[in-house]
Amino acid sequence: MMTKPSVAIYWASSCGGCEISAANLHEHLLDFDANFQLVFCPCLVDAKVADVRAMADESIDVTLFNGAIRTDENVEMAHLLRRKSKVLVAYGACASSGSIPALSNLHSRDAHFKAIYADNPSIDNPDGVVPAVRTQMPEGELKLPRFHDRVKTLAQTVDVDYFVPGCPPESHQLWAILDLLIRGAELPPKGSILGGGRKSVCDECLRERKDKKIDRIRRPYEFVPDPKDCLLEQGMLCMGIATRDGCGALCPQANMPCNGCYGPPEGVLDQGAKMVGTLGSIIDIEPLKGLSEAAIREHVDRVLDGMPDYAGTFYKFTLAASLLEGARPRSGSEVPE
Amino acid sequence: MKRITIDPITRLEGHGRIEIFLDDAGSVENVYFQVPELRGFEQFCVGRQAEEMPVITNRICGVCPEAHHMASAKALDVLFGVEPPPAAKKVRELLYSAFYVTDHTTHFYALGGPDFIVGPDAPPSERNLLGVIHKVGVDIGKQVIACRRRNHEVIKLLGGRPIHPVAGLPGGWSRPVAESERRLIEKTARENVEFALFTLKAFDDIVLKNSSYLDLIVSDVYLHKTYSMGTVDAQNRVNFYDGKIRVVDQGGNEFAKYDARDYADHIAERVEPWSYLKFPYLKNIGWKGLVDGADSGVYTATPLSRLNVSDGMATPLAQEAFDRFYRTMGSEKIAGTGRYFPVHHRLATHWARLIELLYAAERMLELATDPEITSTDLRNIPSGPVVAPMGGVGSVEAPRGTLTHHYFADERGVLTKVNLVVGTTNNHAAISMSIKHAAQKLIGPGRPLKESDLNMVEMAFRVYDPCMSCATHTLPGRMPLVVRVRDRAGNTLQAVGRS
Repeated sequence: MMTKPSVAIYWASSCGGCEISAANLHEHLLDFDANFQLVFCPCLVDAKVADVRAMADESIDVTLFNGAIRTDENVEMAHLLRRKSKVLVAYGACASSGSIPALSNLHSRDAHFKAIYADNPSIDNPDGVVPAVRTQMPEGELKLPRFHDRVKTLAQTVDVDYFVPGCPPESHQLWAILDLLIRGAELPPKGSILGGGRKSVCDECLRERKDKKIDRIRRPYEFVPDPKDCLLEQGMLCMGIATRDGCGALCPQANMPCNGCYGPPEGVLDQGAKMVGTLGSIIDIEPLKGLSEAAIREHVDRVLDGMPDYAGTFYKFTLAASLLEGARPRSGSEVPE
Repeated sequence: MKRITIDPITRLEGHGRIEIFLDDAGSVENVYFQVPELRGFEQFCVGRQAEEMPVITNRICGVCPEAHHMASAKALDVLFGVEPPPAAKKVRELLYSAFYVTDHTTHFYALGGPDFIVGPDAPPSERNLLGVIHKVGVDIGKQVIACRRRNHEVIKLLGGRPIHPVAGLPGGWSRPVAESERRLIEKTARENVEFALFTLKAFDDIVLKNSSYLDLIVSDVYLHKTYSMGTVDAQNRVNFYDGKIRVVDQGGNEFAKYDARDYADHIAERVEPWSYLKFPYLKNIGWKGLVDGADSGVYTATPLSRLNVSDGMATPLAQEAFDRFYRTMGSEKIAGTGRYFPVHHRLATHWARLIELLYAAERMLELATDPEITSTDLRNIPSGPVVAPMGGVGSVEAPRGTLTHHYFADERGVLTKVNLVVGTTNNHAAISMSIKHAAQKLIGPGRPLKESDLNMVEMAFRVYDPCMSCATHTLPGRMPLVVRVRDRAGNTLQAVGRS
């Protein structure tokens, strides 16, 4: 009997939603079991990291690695699984582009510790205790892994073969990838994005675009949108046009804007920059004609008033991989022990 | 002094670790349960638009995003000063009930239940969902899968997505329920009630009819007398979506009952330098360390504690199961109330969880057949962000404990401060104590460690369904364990692990 291909599923700094996306293969879980050997997945089976260490290099056929890189442990696991895997997949938005945990990169480590351990309504910490890498207790020393100052993507840490977008990836997309492996189909070139389309969410959205201009950005709580028309053309900041398709345009169907969790479409380097460009073309500039520079500035401010948080809106899922992030100084970014 | 490190993830996966210190005689002197993980939502949500929080805080936990989504939407209702229409509250609770069904099902069959269904000392390779399916048969396995599927489909239908829903807004819900959809949801709810009854029967047959399991449940290995916390409705019955938070003492007397907005008058959080996770405790009792009893502010917020604080269940079949639970556990009703003297045997939490499963299924059916559920009046539009000095607090019962979100915002509706007290974190102290207690019972002079001892220590965790995603991002359940006994110099004397 031929040995079944081996698969590992691992999380780093993540929420567990990627594991649930795998659990939501539902009936296909039995097909998965019939076709693959799950050699490592702390969520589902009792295999240890020691077992992974004992494996020969490149002995795991495919590792689906989810979660961003935040601590020393995350880094260590990324290197270990890279070494042990033939194919390493950055599975989901955190591993691919940082996702929501990477919004943390807008704040310093000290600000985090202050908000969490010193300055909030329920804290009881008169001595200003904060977690430490090493703590001497009466019985011995206790250690914690280093909490880095910044969140990184998997590809900023180790060499990655493929990327699967989504927060989390849709389960049918995961199944399509597994089915590819079961059928022994040739894999696409290294670096490809699997489990997503090649266009934008707008291409699979049922809402109708009428090339309407908008006079201002309106926040989702301000109004009930028309159920048929394009949300962006109603003034709602929908990221669909700057986001890869593959999810089925789920959020707009629920009358809520696309948040951009599938990352930028094929060929677009920076999701936020793409959205800024789109806004430039959809905002109605007709009323600006003939106005003074100051009046124009005032008008633009009013238009953008409905979006006070640029970074969190444009880069909610891609900050760690964005051009913005690349502009940050690299040195001294991690906190010494 | 010897030292035992229980590193569920051999130090490298690093989401939870236990350090056990032995005295020279080999008895357990002290135990530390460390949480070596932090993501920092309380800080990086500052600067975000408040209305984004139901979507952002979903990502605290992919296992229970629905709980964060609901707590967040409720906090926004307050922050924006806008009450959702009645139908919107019902749709929210409908989704939440479907979520409870799938979540409690997952825990029983895939995470906590295998210890009983295939046995606490079965080979580790069998103690998982597939082991359960082998034991009870593939048809039942398919039923479990079908239950998860149909409820995730309801979550997707109502919330927009199967994981990380999007429909919660200040003042309501974005997506109405069509009559054809309602019929599907009603059908799902009816199947859920049947499935919950079937699961309780399975618990009866597999666990309660096995005297060695029953002995284990009532043994003192897993016994702790702490305060109990849970949310109750106006009749003091269990409610997951809304109500007042009630705390009862070790003897079942009401100690506190308060609105979620007053949480900071009742809960305080302790910081220890050796863990990233805080230790909440009852402020009006005080922090006395990791000890139980009336003088210690340690409390639990679990399915068992929710039953302990309640005067009953709001649905008929769940009420029957509630009465049967306490009677079987040898507890009597407290005179003049519907409440029973609290059960403190932590393994009974597994049973309590299944009673909640039945309640969630019955409540889902009630809501699915409510004439108002298809109303399109789901939104009240706020006049704008209201900068209430006290901010906005929203709270629900997450499957793993009372969940509280508290936001402050500026006049543009941009967040200036965020505080979160999440489900599992409530139980941090109690989990630590349960581990220490189990370790003290299992480790001692002249007793070499066995693999099954490790699982018994794990079972001390597992009763809490430690969804460490919220607290530490680890999924609950089958965390691999390696135990090392080291001498003072750090040399390994003995290593026990799973093959």
